[in-house]
Amino acid sequence: MSEAITAAELAPPKSVSGGTRRGRLKVFLGMAAGVGKTFRMLVEGRVELEAGRDVVIGLLETHGRAETAQLADGLAILPRMRMSYRQTVLEEMDLRAVLLRAPEACLIDELAHTNAPGSEHAKRYEDVEEILSAGIDVLSTLNVQHLESLNDHITELSGIRVRETIPDAILGRADEVVLIDLTPEALLDRLREGKIYPSERIDAALNNFFRIENLAALREVALRQVAEEVGAKRLTSELVGSREESLAADAPQAVGERLLALVEPYPGAQRLVRRAWRSAQRLGGELDLLWVRKPGQQLTEDNERSLAALRQLASVLGARMLEEESDDVATAVADVAARRGTTYILIGRSRPARGLARLRVPLPQRLMQRLPGVDVRIVADRSGRASVEPQ
Amino acid sequence: MTVLAIVIVAAGILLGIAGGYWLPPNGRLPRRERPRPVRRILLPFTGQAISRRSFEAAVRLAKAENATVMPAFLATVPMNLPLQTPLPVQCARGMPVLEAIEQRLISQGVSVDSRVGRGRTARDALRKLLEQEHFDRIIVSADEDQHSGLGYEDLRWLLERVPAEILILRTAPQDTRQISSDAVGGHL
Repeated sequence: MSEAITAAELAPPKSVSGGTRRGRLKVFLGMAAGVGKTFRMLVEGRVELEAGRDVVIGLLETHGRAETAQLADGLAILPRMRMSYRQTVLEEMDLRAVLLRAPEACLIDELAHTNAPGSEHAKRYEDVEEILSAGIDVLSTLNVQHLESLNDHITELSGIRVRETIPDAILGRADEVVLIDLTPEALLDRLREGKIYPSERIDAALNNFFRIENLAALREVALRQVAEEVGAKRLTSELVGSREESLAADAPQAVGERLLALVEPYPGAQRLVRRAWRSAQRLGGELDLLWVRKPGQQLTEDNERSLAALRQLASVLGARMLEEESDDVATAVADVAARRGTTYILIGRSRPARGLARLRVPLPQRLMQRLPGVDVRIVADRSGRASVEPQ
Repeated sequence: MTVLAIVIVAAGILLGIAGGYWLPPNGRLPRRERPRPVRRILLPFTGQAISRRSFEAAVRLAKAENATVMPAFLATVPMNLPLQTPLPVQCARGMPVLEAIEQRLISQGVSVDSRVGRGRTARDALRKLLEQEHFDRIIVSADEDQHSGLGYEDLRWLLERVPAEILILRTAPQDTRQISSDAVGGHL
């Protein structure tokens, strides 16, 4: 049995030293319900408890799963706050009770949850922020589709819109992100065995969200998200005390590619963008487009139209269009590549140099000199190889 | 005599430098610029292929009128998503077709400038494109499969509302020739 305590018994066993240390946030991230996030959170909570730390459960959603409930045995569970809304009694985490109890670590399930109207904060992650500010460590759970930036992408992949979202920055500020991974096949087995939902909901789940192609796509997104989080944290830590220019050379991303395509506002640039996008898809990377504009450069009407078309194409493809003003293309590209953590640069075939420009080192060589460790690819124009097959 | 030789050599060097500066690397004088295209032909599509007949009509007209063909992929955004949502799944289908059309147009010597339209429906995407830019002609096919993604109501809307010449091509039932992503030269 879980040990439940009442609000009257809420006496802090230890004071938070100084009251200024921010607690550590550890998030268990998964691709979908049922992968075992809550289970793993409870396991870690128990480990902390056995190590002698004061650990309580601020909020636990077992969803009727016996295994999960069993694992909560021995951990103190703070009572929930009951509140009435439109003649319905709703239960939420009692933020004040957590703060008053002031444990060393608190387990709080479902980070993206939206609190009932009338709660102190609209979202649970805001409660968590306050708890962290009070110096309490938090262990929490999150599904990847709740991340704001991924919500639309996942909706397109799965056809199902998730309403409860959290800003990506919350996950970005987490001290640890642990991916709870499970193959789609194993998750479906768990679902069919009734380990995730009660039997009456299994068929509906299998026909909607829990389709194997959905789960495979979500798994990929979750894996990539964690890889990016890890990469970003590593880059941040290595940047401390070092020059920004050394970023690309000294701290290349361990996982995940970021492509940068150099474009100019003319019709042929779209072909380069499409090729770059397909390469980004194959590599599972992000794509940036960069146009280096000469200072004071005036655009013709055609250039303006091409630029608008490029921006539209970037937006539809999910690429980011960057514009820099500089006389020196190589320097501007190197700066952007260092800033963005670029691993791959794609450029089109440049026009033949004329006059004194022939004496200059070509752009690809200059880029390779400035960006050691970054691949530079010259994209061929394959228009001459076209063939049309009647179907 | 020596001075004259030096002058001749110097003049030769200067001439060489000037020639090197003005001549393109292949040593030939640049061709005269072609007259700038003045007409713009829109060729919209949404599916995974475009009717070969529409394409050929666009090529013929472009060559006759020295026009730019503007193939436009029309992507549709579901109502429950913001209009600015990236659409990678649709793009995975549409971009190879756009590439195939562009490659084919270029190989036939036709000027090309692609577009991507995005709207709630194909008509909405087309409307937005037409609001942003002027097109002299629009070529759509009225075949049963509706490769352009435009239904008969949309064609009527085009005829009634759009201030451009509209060319609607009815494909013969047996004419199933298309240009699809299979036509992309090399890998995309």
